[in-house]
Amino acid sequence: MSRTNLHIDWTRCDGRGLCTELLPDLLVRDDWGYPLAADPSLDDKSNIPLGRDDEPAAAEAAALCPRLALAVRRRRP
Amino acid sequence: MNEALWALGRASGAVSLGLFTLSVVLGILVRSGRPLLVLPRFSLALVHRNIALLAVVFLGLHVGSLLLDPLAQLRALDVVVPFVGEFKPFWQGLGTVALDLAVAIAVTSLLRRRLGPRVFRAVHWASYALWPVAMAHAVGNGTDGTSGWFLGTALAAFGAVGAAVLWRMSAGFIETARSRQESRA
Ligand code: SF4
Repeated sequence: MSRTNLHIDWTRCDGRGLCTELLPDLLVRDDWGYPLAADPSLDDKSNIPLGRDDEPAAAEAAALCPRLALAVRRRRP
Repeated sequence: MNEALWALGRASGAVSLGLFTLSVVLGILVRSGRPLLVLPRFSLALVHRNIALLAVVFLGLHVGSLLLDPLAQLRALDVVVPFVGEFKPFWQGLGTVALDLAVAIAVTSLLRRRLGPRVFRAVHWASYALWPVAMAHAVGNGTDGTSGWFLGTALAAFGAVGAAVLWRMSAGFIETARSRQESRA
């Protein structure tokens, strides 16, 4: 487990679905196109814990998100 | 040598315009949030970006070669300030406007994570102005601008961009438009 989250800024996200393509194991799409954590037990829907192997794809999603709604952030202890 | 610069200037201008045409259509497709055949959404976003950057590179070649060509009578000032050129100032000025817009759009796109979505989107809208201005410059200023083959190609490009813009303004444009409208109703 790494120490980063994928943060989703819901005021910016428009459900364009690039992130769900790049992170199919972490995110699923709802009917309106918005990303949802694939793990339903997560409490915080805006900060999705990343494994070490997820980080490159998460960084790519953050760079490509058309709404600049994603950021890879260090997890708070 | 001058002949070569002249030929390079014309060819790179035409290639740049072709790439800008493709970039506008691809940009609209990316905005719809839809994948295309086997290409997923993130690939389309990358292709849109790379084609647009390539268009800017060819635009640089276009302007650079004509600056070096004495026959083109292009001065450094004409690259920045529109409508003050020696030769066909109006049509050349449109080229300068298109160049200035292209530089602004490219820079704000590359720095968009630093500038934030507001600035990025506001400037990116200028793409819809850039394309017709660049096309008018090509038709009015280009040596072959009013020749049959060029006008034919230009008409096809106009049809492609026009169709994409009409689609952009239609109700079902966004991939999830239907479910979003239903949930609002
Ligand atoms: S790529 Fe960005 S805008 Fe699209 S669904 Fe993901 S976070 Fe939202």
